Amino acid sequence: MSGIQTGTSSATAVSRRQFLKLSAATVGAAALTGAGVHPVRAASHVDRDAAAAMLIDISRCVGCGNCQRSCIEANGLHPTDAQLNGLSAQTFTFLERHDLPDGRTRWVKRQCMHCLDAACVSACPVSAMYQTEEGPVDYRPGRCLGCRYCMVSCPFGVPRFEWRNGLTPEIRKCMFCIERQRAGEEPACATNCPSGALKFGKRGDLLREAHSRIAADPDHYVDHVFGEHEAGGTAMLYISDTPFELLGFRTDVTTRPIPAYTWDIMSKLPAVVGSMAVVLTGASIITRRRGGRSGGHHDEPPWLTVDEPAQTDHPATDEKGA
Amino acid sequence: MLQDILMLAALFILRIVVPLLLVIGVGYTLARRLTGVKLDFSPTFVMGVGGVLALWALAVITVVMRLTGGLGQVTNLNDQFPLGLWIGFDVMAGAMLGGGAFVLAGMVYVFGLERYRPILRSTILTAFLGYSLLIVALIIDIGRPYNIWRPLMYQNIHSVLFEVAMCVMTYTMVLALEFSPALFERLRWRRAWKITHALTLPLVILGILLSTMHQSSLGSLWLIAPGKLNDLWYTPWLPVFFWISAIGVGLGMVAVESNLSSRGFKRGLEQGLLASLAKFNAYWLGFYAVAKFADLAWRGKLWMLAEPTLQAALWWIEVGLGAALPALLLLSPKVRQSKNALFAVGGLVVACGILNRLNVSVFGLWSYTGPIYIPSLMEIAVTAALFTFGAALFALLAKLLPVFPAEHAELTTG
Repeated sequence: MSGIQTGTSSATAVSRRQFLKLSAATVGAAALTGAGVHPVRAASHVDRDAAAAMLIDISRCVGCGNCQRSCIEANGLHPTDAQLNGLSAQTFTFLERHDLPDGRTRWVKRQCMHCLDAACVSACPVSAMYQTEEGPVDYRPGRCLGCRYCMVSCPFGVPRFEWRNGLTPEIRKCMFCIERQRAGEEPACATNCPSGALKFGKRGDLLREAHSRIAADPDHYVDHVFGEHEAGGTAMLYISDTPFELLGFRTDVTTRPIPAYTWDIMSKLPAVVGSMAVVLTGASIITRRRGGRSGGHHDEPPWLTVDEPAQTDHPATDEKGA
Repeated sequence: MLQDILMLAALFILRIVVPLLLVIGVGYTLARRLTGVKLDFSPTFVMGVGGVLALWALAVITVVMRLTGGLGQVTNLNDQFPLGLWIGFDVMAGAMLGGGAFVLAGMVYVFGLERYRPILRSTILTAFLGYSLLIVALIIDIGRPYNIWRPLMYQNIHSVLFEVAMCVMTYTMVLALEFSPALFERLRWRRAWKITHALTLPLVILGILLSTMHQSSLGSLWLIAPGKLNDLWYTPWLPVFFWISAIGVGLGMVAVESNLSSRGFKRGLEQGLLASLAKFNAYWLGFYAVAKFADLAWRGKLWMLAEPTLQAALWWIEVGLGAALPALLLLSPKVRQSKNALFAVGGLVVACGILNRLNVSVFGLWSYTGPIYIPSLMEIAVTAALFTFGAALFALLAKLLPVFPAEHAELTTG
């Protein structure tokens, strides 16, 4: 017994040193990736005050539908029946009618909320959905897989898919008229709103304006800016004279940036997997040292290790085949 | 009009029936030459094969329609419910059912439990086929299949799906390499065998790491939907539960698959090995059930289990019938020694494991969206076709290659 141990001591010393080196490297790599990635977070680098934003004052909307029509025109959308029912692959903005119990009617403009920490941006495996420098969430169909995970992730249920397109379906949603913005224009809907319900600008300014409008007329307005904190903050900011829950808003939505929910878990993986690698490598080295069985005849193919030589196929001819 | 119909019928026979018969005939002759199996053509056999072939034909038609008319033409998916059966069953449950491979490979190669080697190869083959068909399902399901490789080019490390994609892609290759010694053994390629054999241990360790990452991340996928997924399943521990259940259900699948092959190939069954795996699994599933309750208690959601909702009922079935009951049953040596009982309990674990994945991906979302999605017949046909295709491939490969140890011995004696 002792003879065997002394006989293998040099080999074990080497393997132990290798093991230590390997484990140190793995832990180091895990720590590095963990440390390097963590501060970045899922959060975007968008300047929250300067981001392009829109203030939507529901109490000022008269329901004319100019926003929807101008959106169709600006984006070259095809008229379909689906445009009467809500957002669709051909409807990037939709004016939703709410008949309230007290007989009043309110109109809510629906479109992509352009979250500052967008769930879809973190969900997309290829960054086909991506956050532009200016803030709006844009889409690059060229690299899209059509996996539709962005649709699952969106807290507001915005992205639409071209279900009737066989090979080149796209994810469809409002891009905040990013091309018009870059050309120095306002989004089509904001330009064409006649009642002053839509106001385009920088998010910081609009947020201040929203609060000052509420403060100036607290009896009229609900004391809440929808989008200030929802889903970690959105570029679309709503103020209203009617409680948001009566207008079909998802008021229970989390105020935490949605990407953080998965990043919490993802960021732990390097450490978990790194330590697992160390444990498994260690275990296999111990097994190999203790057993020694796998080092024996198992290293030769089984058809060469049977006791009686094979009759039909001679090993020598097989070696040529390899 | 009549002429058109006659023309169509003639075309159908010439273009579809005749080539199909030719392919089947040539395939059968080849298979008989290669494997020496003769078919008996009894009525049950003909009915069974006919049914499966009809299913495959329906699946092919579905895929053609999906590629021409879009996903909306063949599925019941819609903008409010964008992912359905193909993701919930084929991808999520498919990966889970392959979970036995990384556990068994780890036991044999990392921890040196050599006695499990006889059932290792068939388990790895099951997993490899499962993962390959998972990728096929994914190619059918995603809107732009030709972009499936794009994650290699544009890496978004914040995306759970990116991580899952990379791990599944790599792990499928690892499984192929882990299985390849069987092929080289059949071909008697000595050098290739030696290379892959020498690589096995690092591959096994890599496989365990990749499996841990993607099995758990298949759960993390749904953490992006807080407030959408029912609170019975939405928990930060969901990825851990996915990993635990992948091991438990994967081992259940090992019992089912061994039993089925023993019946199908009329070979012996490694009852002792399955029994000792089952004993381990009893504790494992018991721990899983307790942890599922503890998680609900920790989040203060235990009251949801008393509610008369569909989701609560499904939770009870999934955890009660799929984890707690099997754990109790497998603790009894009587059950573990009985071939049929072990098969039945394994089947229960597998069925409830699949239910768990569907609960997370379909039924658990119903409480937010309403029951607006029920898979269409064509979606079910594709899933069933992939499942039976996998089984057929397994049977074929098990005939052609040394998958089971008994055939191993036959081969080596020539």
